Amino acid sequence: MSKPNATAVPTASRDIKTIVNATLKRRHAAERRFRWYGLLAISLGLIFVLLMFGNIIGKGYPAFWQSYIQLPIKFDAAILDPEGNRDPHAIENADYAALVRTGLRALFPNVEGRVELRALYALSSSDAPLELRQQVMAHPTLIGTEQEIWLLASATVDTFVKGNIDRQAEEDHRPIKDNQIGWIDQLQATGKLKQRFNTILFTSGDSREPEQAGIRGALMGSFYTLLVTFLLSFPVGVATAVYLEEFAPKNRWTDLIEVNINNLAAVPSIVFGLLGLAVFINFFGLPRSAPLVGGLVLSLMTLPVIIIAGRAALTSVPPSIREAALGMGASKLQMVGHHVLPLAMPGMLTGSIIGMARALGESAPLLMIGMVAFIVDVPKSFLDPSTVLPVQIYLWSDLPERAFVERTSAAIMVLLAFMILMNGLAIILRKRFERRW
Amino acid sequence: MRSHQLALVAAATFALTGVVCAQSARDYISVVGSSTVYPFTTAVAEQFGKSSRFKTPKVESTGTGGGFKLFCAGVGVQHPDINDASRKIKPSEIETCAKNGVTDIVEINIGFDGIVVASSKKTKPMPLTIKDLYMALAKEIPDPATGKLVANTTETWQDINPKLPPNRIEVLGPPPTSGTRDAFVELVMDKGCESVDAIKELEKTDSKKAKAACQTIREDGAYIEAGENDNLIVQKLVANPKALGIFGYSFMEENLDKIQGETIDGVTPTFENIADGKYPISRPLFFYAKKAHIGVIPGIKEFIVEYTSEKAMGDEGYLSQKGLIPLPQAKRKQVAADANSLKTLAP
Repeated sequence: MSKPNATAVPTASRDIKTIVNATLKRRHAAERRFRWYGLLAISLGLIFVLLMFGNIIGKGYPAFWQSYIQLPIKFDAAILDPEGNRDPHAIENADYAALVRTGLRALFPNVEGRVELRALYALSSSDAPLELRQQVMAHPTLIGTEQEIWLLASATVDTFVKGNIDRQAEEDHRPIKDNQIGWIDQLQATGKLKQRFNTILFTSGDSREPEQAGIRGALMGSFYTLLVTFLLSFPVGVATAVYLEEFAPKNRWTDLIEVNINNLAAVPSIVFGLLGLAVFINFFGLPRSAPLVGGLVLSLMTLPVIIIAGRAALTSVPPSIREAALGMGASKLQMVGHHVLPLAMPGMLTGSIIGMARALGESAPLLMIGMVAFIVDVPKSFLDPSTVLPVQIYLWSDLPERAFVERTSAAIMVLLAFMILMNGLAIILRKRFERRW
Repeated sequence: MRSHQLALVAAATFALTGVVCAQSARDYISVVGSSTVYPFTTAVAEQFGKSSRFKTPKVESTGTGGGFKLFCAGVGVQHPDINDASRKIKPSEIETCAKNGVTDIVEINIGFDGIVVASSKKTKPMPLTIKDLYMALAKEIPDPATGKLVANTTETWQDINPKLPPNRIEVLGPPPTSGTRDAFVELVMDKGCESVDAIKELEKTDSKKAKAACQTIREDGAYIEAGENDNLIVQKLVANPKALGIFGYSFMEENLDKIQGETIDGVTPTFENIADGKYPISRPLFFYAKKAHIGVIPGIKEFIVEYTSEKAMGDEGYLSQKGLIPLPQAKRKQVAADANSLKTLAP
């Protein structure tokens, strides 16, 4: 009988073959399943990334355009320069809002009554008079002339034109009134209301008026903060990695240090913020909200990342290179400086850039040191109060005005662009300069 | 050799300390405090920076309590000049301030903030009362039969009040860290349990326990902590028309085409009703200024005057456009006068 029996000795080769054949199908199926799992995991990840990008870009791209209204502005000498002597001080303090009001009334001469006029004046941004002042200060010859000038529209007009306010809603339930809609339609029909590229978003600091708010201040704050972070953490990180890897004796102390460095890399960032508050602000008396303190705190956070990446890069340099250098009579410092460090540098730079990208996106530790703040003036130094890009996103997301929703997404897009740039740079560095043995 | 290195390190550390301790004098006003007052103070700060010869003040959003901690830490340029608060200063905070030498504090009431209970426009409005809200959200409510406090197991609004629709109780609100939540607890939960007999009994024996029983919000999913961000709650309401949301009035005003405020005790949350004090869930907003800093940091007095001017906090001022509910006119005059004379808190 063919009944298998432990004591029986069938031809061995056929037996193994049947066993293999019996399981082969299952093993192939398992492999196929595993591939499917992998594909599923990747596509799930991609779907989430696409959803996030789609959502943010869909919400944020209108913020790169901004509505402007073309007004006939009469630079009335009686208002701007009543004395007629072109005194810059008098011109600076003239009533430019009156010019804007006259311009709006000239477009809609039939509007009467205080309430109606107020609604009409609300079409233009409170920035319009400042813009006119700037133009007149730069070109005093404008006084006495009449010009067609494109001026910033208010955020409500802008939001409405972009279709983010429901035209069909009851009048009481939308921030824009029926008569205002009529005026906007009229302006659009005559081509006096247009969307232009929103340069303000990139050239000005924060503002409570959505149409005047920009990310320049936050960008400069991020720049100064990251510069401090890099200047501090890169040399210190590299020096630590080189010392620990090449010079330090291997004993309990260096083991302890290593454990601590790995630990630091995993500490939640808010803890560094608390440390920064206690040490840099309360003990050393550095000013709150300064990029210098932000940079110090973030470099504490980035240091372990750079050290760990640096040590990994150093260990990947083969020992034969060290031995050859030493064998040729180089000192240990020469061996490290001339041979090991240059070979490890691309790896170290990659690690640092990734660490810096993380620092760029960090906001929690900055909460403790006062960088979550409304700052209008663009910071000009390491000690000026400033905020950073992720904090600006957080602050804008919490404001009631609807026009800030798209600006929040636009700021996220800018932040993402910088992230992609930095991470891309890290990959290019690794691909081009890293050597494999 | 080793001591040589040590000395070098020590010298470097001292040098660093010396350099960084040379703190520059501050030439801008530093404001900290409540995230509820933040949208208003920033508007004044921007206006002040544009229209005066002073620099634009820096406004930090730290929360009321966190702000007082910084504000009361001492007198000097490294400490903030003004703290925004969505509640009155506590006696304990005045004490801390005094301990650190901050004694002359100017209190300014800037206006009111209404807290609305709102839903999506897609659903029918629900006339609520303070009692309904308390019964729906408290962790323990009196059993209708015995009057004893039992765990809250109500599931629909109809369970609480037969006049209400049979919708599931689902309220999106701020987490305990938020000032809005504090105010909601004080104005709704505390008031709602005033009429509960079992708690009155408890009050006599153990007032602490009674207070806790009033203020504890249920944790079985009927109240959903939706984060500090009010915009998020608005978006969630639009997505889930059956739910109610709790947030500041200015967020409702901006989104009136999507959401509606429920009437509370028969009063709709409108600008006028909150300003008149008819709408029951509203709280006063304040800021506190350090008198010792006036004259040291340029512009503080002028900033206070700008904040309390009719142009800013008046009926038609730019703050009311940002959603601040102005004080009644007589009170406003009083506040402006007190601000001008820099009247300090009575010790």
